[in-house]
Amino acid sequence: MNKNGKRNFLLTVVALIVLFGLSCFVQGEVDAYIRRIVNLCLIYAIIGLSMNITNGFAGQFSLGQAGFMAIGAYMVGIFTVPVNLRADVFYAVPMNPHLVNIYMPLWLALIMGGILAAIVAGLIGTPVLRLRGDYLAIATLGFSEIIRIIITNANTITNGALGIKNIPSLNDVRYIFLATAVSYILMTLLLSSSYGRAFKAIREDEIAAEAMGINLFHHKNLAFMVSAFFAGIGGGLYGALLGTVDPKNFLFTLTYNFLLIIVLGGMGSVTGSMLGAVIVTAGLEYLRIFDEPLEIMGVAIPLFRPGLRMVVFSVLLMVCVLFWRHGIMGTKEFTWDKLINFLKHPNFGRKKEVQRK
Amino acid sequence: MTQNVLRTEHVTQRFGGVIAVNDLNIEVNEHEIIALIGPNGAGKTTAFNDITGVYRPTQGRVIYTGKDGKEIDITGKKPSDIATLGVARTFQNIRLFKDLSVYENVLIATHLHLKSNFLSAMFRLPWYRQEEARMHETVERFLKEVNLWDVRNEKASSLPYGRQRYLEIIRALATDPKLLLLDEPAAGMNPKETAELTEFIRRIRDEHNLTILMIEHHMDLVMEISDRIYVLDFGNTIAKGDPAAIQNNERVITAYLGEDEDA
Amino acid sequence: MEIFQAIANMTAAGFAQHLVNGISLGSLYALIAIGYTMVYGILLMINFAHGDIVMMACYFAFFGITAFHIPWYLTFVGTIIATALLGVIIERTAYRPLRDAPKNSVLISAIGASFLLENLANYLFSGRPMHFPDIPFLSSMVPVGGVQIQAICFFIPVVTVLCLVLLLHIVNHTKTGMAMRAVSKDYEIARVMGINIDNVISITFALGSALAAVGAIMWGIRYPGITPYLGVMPGLKCFIAAVVGGIGNIKGAVLGGFILGLGEILIVAFFPAFSGYRDAFAFIVLILILFYKPTGLLGETTTEKV
Repeated sequence: MNKNGKRNFLLTVVALIVLFGLSCFVQGEVDAYIRRIVNLCLIYAIIGLSMNITNGFAGQFSLGQAGFMAIGAYMVGIFTVPVNLRADVFYAVPMNPHLVNIYMPLWLALIMGGILAAIVAGLIGTPVLRLRGDYLAIATLGFSEIIRIIITNANTITNGALGIKNIPSLNDVRYIFLATAVSYILMTLLLSSSYGRAFKAIREDEIAAEAMGINLFHHKNLAFMVSAFFAGIGGGLYGALLGTVDPKNFLFTLTYNFLLIIVLGGMGSVTGSMLGAVIVTAGLEYLRIFDEPLEIMGVAIPLFRPGLRMVVFSVLLMVCVLFWRHGIMGTKEFTWDKLINFLKHPNFGRKKEVQRK
Repeated sequence: MTQNVLRTEHVTQRFGGVIAVNDLNIEVNEHEIIALIGPNGAGKTTAFNDITGVYRPTQGRVIYTGKDGKEIDITGKKPSDIATLGVARTFQNIRLFKDLSVYENVLIATHLHLKSNFLSAMFRLPWYRQEEARMHETVERFLKEVNLWDVRNEKASSLPYGRQRYLEIIRALATDPKLLLLDEPAAGMNPKETAELTEFIRRIRDEHNLTILMIEHHMDLVMEISDRIYVLDFGNTIAKGDPAAIQNNERVITAYLGEDEDA
Repeated sequence: MEIFQAIANMTAAGFAQHLVNGISLGSLYALIAIGYTMVYGILLMINFAHGDIVMMACYFAFFGITAFHIPWYLTFVGTIIATALLGVIIERTAYRPLRDAPKNSVLISAIGASFLLENLANYLFSGRPMHFPDIPFLSSMVPVGGVQIQAICFFIPVVTVLCLVLLLHIVNHTKTGMAMRAVSKDYEIARVMGINIDNVISITFALGSALAAVGAIMWGIRYPGITPYLGVMPGLKCFIAAVVGGIGNIKGAVLGGFILGLGEILIVAFFPAFSGYRDAFAFIVLILILFYKPTGLLGETTTEKV
């Protein structure tokens, strides 16, 4: 097992280096539009996995991701706009004098955003995590909206409904790839540690988990805070990618994107979240053709007009949960062992039969 | 004088107008095996839930003596805190982590003594790695003890029923308890399996220096290994004593067989 | 002290106007909240799409009058029937296949259904706000003691009470109602007793959606700007109203509806500075009630069996 462990570690390192090389290539050779999509995939992968920590691993159905993203995005928005450009942004109501001269580099703003999101999650978690199922979903969704409402009303800090422009735009695949890689490594390490197993125990059976000495509240809160931290980081990157933040960007319907990602990828699968993020993000971009007028041989197809894309998106979510509840990966993971095993004995689809016997 | 490991003082549990457990006073001494018997609905599992913190007793106290020899009032404490103090349990209808592997089921039970915080775990700091290595050793030892090592990667729910019972017991043992509560460990077992289980319970009591309180319906098992027996009926304690005394107790016979029509 | 300032500035007529606003909003919330509570009582799930059913009902009424030129009273009847059907269809397609699935799957399906309705409306009717047609008399303003109050405001509470009386009659005094109560009390036993569960659930959805349609029509007259997302916030608030009153309890839903509707209006009236936080009020009430009385004001306490 140890030998395999070393081999798998090396393989992972090699894969990361190759992927980084690939992101350098994408950064240098590919046009800005494609780069933006790649970046969005990466950012959505972080947030998707962060949502999977609570919903898939700890089994606590939370719908607060958009709110935590907003915290991260506003942290980036408020502190990374160059000081001399701030008056342009805050033209309606001047910025709070205590904040107007504080500047942070992006990486610091990202981490601060993550930390603030985690703190807010910790505060929210105390009352909310006693709830279960539907109630928890509604309560977290409510808090996500409250965060947004506070942001909309805190004019001197967030510029209210006008949003913050002039954020130095970050359409750099290398930077975002590294941030994603670090986030994924950290989340995976946590989930594969004893704490991650405790999360799964809570998901499987709360009463048994408690009888095994697992403090429900502490562990749920831990999962919730870690999830919020990475949602904050993802939100910060999202803000930096867009170059502007606006309370309307963080409506709770944004959370549904990540819901689809984890349902499609598999609730409780790290690699599933990654796959789900790529498919959903790239898919949503690809579906844009549905929003464009379409002509086939000179005949305009009347179905294709703005809005169809989101209809297709929501139908996909329904189909996924109705007919394909476990998604692509279920709670399984892609592992090097499985891949190598498969390469050695490529028995397409026959394995299942053998197992059944 | 032997020391109490567990003592309930006038524990009463009401649900609305129903009294599930009434004035329960049991004492469990170090290294004893105590059985709690009685017809269905007598309040045995409710008593377990009161002891392990799933319910908070309406009245009365639960006193436990921890590993350091000090008495602690554990009434109404959280189940997780009670487990950490050294009280482990199994459940009447087997509550394994069904979709997790046999190995993970036992591994999770070692989590409660983890000292490293989540950051040490996330960054795999040396002291966390040491603790993790020890956890794996524990799991290996336990799984080999009950011949579950070969199926360690199977889903817990895929095991046959009897094996699931054993898995649940060693999962409880992996929390390193001083007091073990078994809720109908022999339910659904045939006489041969029950005999094996009897041996097993005695063995773990001796090897792990445990005190055991169990609910059981198989009288062979109860009479063979119990040091003392408490009999509940409709929440009331109707008899207590050693197996021989219980077997000849009129009230117990009535409770089990029903009132004789002539009487 | 802002509040004293606000009270001092408020005339009796002004206060009456806020009160009327609050009562009519509360009545609308109550009508919609009943749908949540009935479904939750039977299936133990939040029908996330309920708010969007309200939205669809608004559009049904809108198109019935403006596009098809059906007289408004006939349109209203048609709207109620169509909405009831919509509710039944949603139950059959999105919830029934998942009857034995884990609860989280049902929840996701409900969210999906809600999102689908919104996107469908956005696609079919465009995202542009449309103006709900003026209804003779009901939409007009009536001068009452120096303030102008829309006529519909006087009808809303009356219609709500009538609907409630009718519903309570159905639930308490008819065979169907008895079946509904039985299913809500114990699903499995009701099934064993030979109650056709599928029918009961369909009727529940139909009744809940019909009440939502009544609410939606009055909503449209009262707040005429209709958009595909108009059901979202009222939907969430009405679910909260149902929880506040005690989920599964019809009278509780009405009580919760009034608390939220009145509270929301009066807070804005007395604390104008907080008007931006109007939508946050309901969520704060939710957190408070779940913290102090999770079963709601009129709910029963239950213990989980181990």
